[in-house]
Amino acid sequence: MTTVSERKQAALREMKKIAQRVYDDLSSARIPELEIPSRTKANIEFDERHGVWKYGDSASTRSAVSLSGAQMLLRTMYVIDFIRQMVEQNKSSTLRELYYISEGWGEGKFSTQGDSDRLAEDLEIMTATLREDMSLRPEEDGARVIGDLVIEETTRKGEKRVIHCQDDVGDSGYSIPYTVEKEKLRIKSTGARLVMAVETGGMFDRLVENGFDENTDTILVHLKGQPARSTRRFIKRLNEEQKLPVVVFTDGDPWSYRIFASVAYGAIKTAHISEYLATPAAEYLGITPSDIHNYQLPTDDLTAEDISALQSELSDPRFNDDLWKHEIELQLKMGKKSEQQALAKYGLDYVTDTYLPEKLTEMGYGF
Amino acid sequence: MRSIVAEGLAKKQKDISVAEFFERNKQILGFDTSTRALITSVKEAVDNALDACEEATVLPDIFVKIQGGEDDEYRIVVEDNGPGIVKKQIPHVFARLLYGSRFHSYRQSRGQQGIGISAAVLYSQLTTGRPTVVVSKIGEGYPAHRLTLLIDTKQNRPETVQEDMVHWERESGTRIELAMQGRYVRNTKHSVYEYLRSTAIVNPHAQITFVEPDGTRTVFERATDRLPPQPREIKPHPYGIELGTFMKMAKESTARKLSSFLSTEFSSVSQNKAEKIIQQAGLSPSDRPGKLSLDDGKKILKAFQGVKLMAPPTDCLSPIGELLIKRGLRKEMESLSPEFIATDKRSPAVFSGIPFLVETGIVYGGDLPAEERVDILRFANRVPLLYQEGDCAITETIKNIDWRIYGLQQRGGKGLPYGPAIILVHVASVNIPFTSESKEAIAHVEEIEKEIDLSLRQCARKMRSHLSKQEKRVKTRRKFVLISQILPQIAAKAAEVVGKPVPSIDEVIIKIMNIVWVDDHVSFQKGTVTSTIDITNYKDRAQSFQFYAALPDGGEVVSVSPEPAERNQRYLMWSVSKLQPGEKRQLSFQLGGMAEGDFDENSLYVKGIDPVNVIGVEKWEGG
Repeated sequence: MTTVSERKQAALREMKKIAQRVYDDLSSARIPELEIPSRTKANIEFDERHGVWKYGDSASTRSAVSLSGAQMLLRTMYVIDFIRQMVEQNKSSTLRELYYISEGWGEGKFSTQGDSDRLAEDLEIMTATLREDMSLRPEEDGARVIGDLVIEETTRKGEKRVIHCQDDVGDSGYSIPYTVEKEKLRIKSTGARLVMAVETGGMFDRLVENGFDENTDTILVHLKGQPARSTRRFIKRLNEEQKLPVVVFTDGDPWSYRIFASVAYGAIKTAHISEYLATPAAEYLGITPSDIHNYQLPTDDLTAEDISALQSELSDPRFNDDLWKHEIELQLKMGKKSEQQALAKYGLDYVTDTYLPEKLTEMGYGF
Repeated sequence: MRSIVAEGLAKKQKDISVAEFFERNKQILGFDTSTRALITSVKEAVDNALDACEEATVLPDIFVKIQGGEDDEYRIVVEDNGPGIVKKQIPHVFARLLYGSRFHSYRQSRGQQGIGISAAVLYSQLTTGRPTVVVSKIGEGYPAHRLTLLIDTKQNRPETVQEDMVHWERESGTRIELAMQGRYVRNTKHSVYEYLRSTAIVNPHAQITFVEPDGTRTVFERATDRLPPQPREIKPHPYGIELGTFMKMAKESTARKLSSFLSTEFSSVSQNKAEKIIQQAGLSPSDRPGKLSLDDGKKILKAFQGVKLMAPPTDCLSPIGELLIKRGLRKEMESLSPEFIATDKRSPAVFSGIPFLVETGIVYGGDLPAEERVDILRFANRVPLLYQEGDCAITETIKNIDWRIYGLQQRGGKGLPYGPAIILVHVASVNIPFTSESKEAIAHVEEIEKEIDLSLRQCARKMRSHLSKQEKRVKTRRKFVLISQILPQIAAKAAEVVGKPVPSIDEVIIKIMNIVWVDDHVSFQKGTVTSTIDITNYKDRAQSFQFYAALPDGGEVVSVSPEPAERNQRYLMWSVSKLQPGEKRQLSFQLGGMAEGDFDENSLYVKGIDPVNVIGVEKWEGG
């Protein structure tokens, strides 16, 4: 295994190659350009070896012939130089700090943090390294975990601390740090037999209050909407290292299906590191459109955005199987959506006493 | 029996007083609302003042004041520096309805626009019971007469309540003061302010000072010291004459023979043609014009249409002119800092034997609201038309143009366009055809609509060409930022990361640009416009071509550098030879006798090179 500093040096070498290419273009009177895979739905392909969706062959060229292309090249040069300085001085910065530092880069200044985040991802793709290895870390931390799980975290003071994710934590659970690599976090042992990723905080707290984690030997992970990289990486490690099955429990709308897809198949934005983040074995539990019908859940009408998102999912290769097609078409037909917490229609315990046991039994994780 | 009834009716008709006539025709006369009554009164007085000044070839200096407002009673004062009115005429001009309407004299004037100032005097009297005060002085050394007037509404005769002589500073001029019930509004399209502002746009030779009831004083400054050429009076042309007018002309004619009546009192009728007309009408050349029956008149009018006649003379019109429309618009739109003003003037044309002429202008950009309906400024003989926009031929023509191709928004390519623009249309004629007596909307005359359409399209083409040029320039300017700022920084940063010296990027710049770049600046200082043109070759080979700069009307070239290969009234032409890759050459010229805004954008052209390769110019189409 390589050390952090070795990985950082390797990343820097890859980045210097990019600068070298631009330099060579300029000194040979060629218009400098860089090529990166297009990061669109149309350009993701299934990777048989890893069982995840990754970028395909179609690439876009950023050429200095256009103003936006030249700006992108200049920003790339600035970011590379900035990372070089950080590696040399053994520092790191958040993506947000990167955005603010660009204030002093003249024409290379980013106009939104979205631009700088994207460029960091572009660099990951071009250099085949992780942004953590480029000394860049996300602003947001990972989400919360409660369950029969023992981990060992290396704290900022370098101490190794063993934490039991039920006994040693409060009601809000163990908070997943922004990096969950082995140097930072080791999974020691678990008595659980299942990982359940939950979309909303409200449902997570409901399951905790009802003692679902203890009663059913389940590790509950709160996704906090679209899950952070570290949350997805953490789920993947639980699945691979502890051989725990993963089920995903979300609202019943097109945006929630995308949350599931990013856990199971990889997100379109980060398809270059899907094999590192995605858990192909993860299964979708609900709320499914069929659930809305079967459980007679309270609903809202689909909005115009919902409908176009569903239609877009019909052409998304990640949802290209009969089950998803059937469910999405069913939902378009009924024109309704429903939330996890709509189950409270039948009382606060209904979700833990009836809905989840029924669904889990159906999926083969019976009690 | 029947004749007795008719006599009775005639008696009754006589008894209708002018007051009743006024009451019944308020709308036609422009006094139907209390807001409009104020505007119409000011308008009648100012129109008279401008006409009077121009007739006396005096640069108009007009003062308008509105005071009061208590119980909706206002006092209007309008004062001019015109030639004044002789004392004997004052009561007739101001206190007698329909006096002196010269309806068979054909001349482009504002006066033909309204019922006349006496209607305002009558309205004043009817709503407040107060008399109108007129002061007039006809020249240095003459006394100023002050007359206090009422109208005898039964007889339609002026009644002079009081008269005296007063001292007046002005060399000459006329001042009218009248009180009336009204409503004063500001900041709306239908307001005295807007009327005066619009008047100032199309009368750039006039200075108008306006004092509002709250004391706010606005001076609409003069934009030129040149008076417009005097419109000439022409005789009516047979093609457009109406029976009533014809009969009246015949009655009042001093000619003793029909043939000489036709050949002397109509335009385009020679002795020969007159005889032909009379022959076709089945009358005799020696008939007495005064003795013609209504039936004879009809016959002659019919014969008029059957004889081929020359068009009437058209040099009788007095257009504002493109340059002055531009100046007027620029001056009054200054606060909006418009980006571009296009103007156009058509040659005179004729409908039904009546000469007319159309001029247009479009103001674009600046602080004009981008999402709203465009504003339309309509003018007839230099008088703003504020009401009945929807009925007017001008509005109709604008609606029928597809403005989308000229860079404005328009639903379905029909109707009034939206966008940051103001459209101005001026129709000048010896006899403007209005839809009704209120004279606020021009009638739908095919010939007039066609001229408006052609003129507006010409203006719109100028606007579109300006916009596309701007767009191209913005694009190229971005490239300029690219090569002058971004590319050097990329080179510097890349060199820093790899730890090598900064590479030269000259060749890459030429590859990226691959054009000849023309950058020009126009500046103005003390009557002189300086135009500087930089031409840089960003292609990888030397370029040779001819470069043209168009000159504006009225601009005099005072200096030019380097010496052009060709120069005349219309353009300067330089021969640019062997401009090397990366080389920049500068051309410049200065124009004298200009006002600010007269020339603010170069029109540049090239020949001998594919214009696609040159940014900032168009293809030279001239000889």
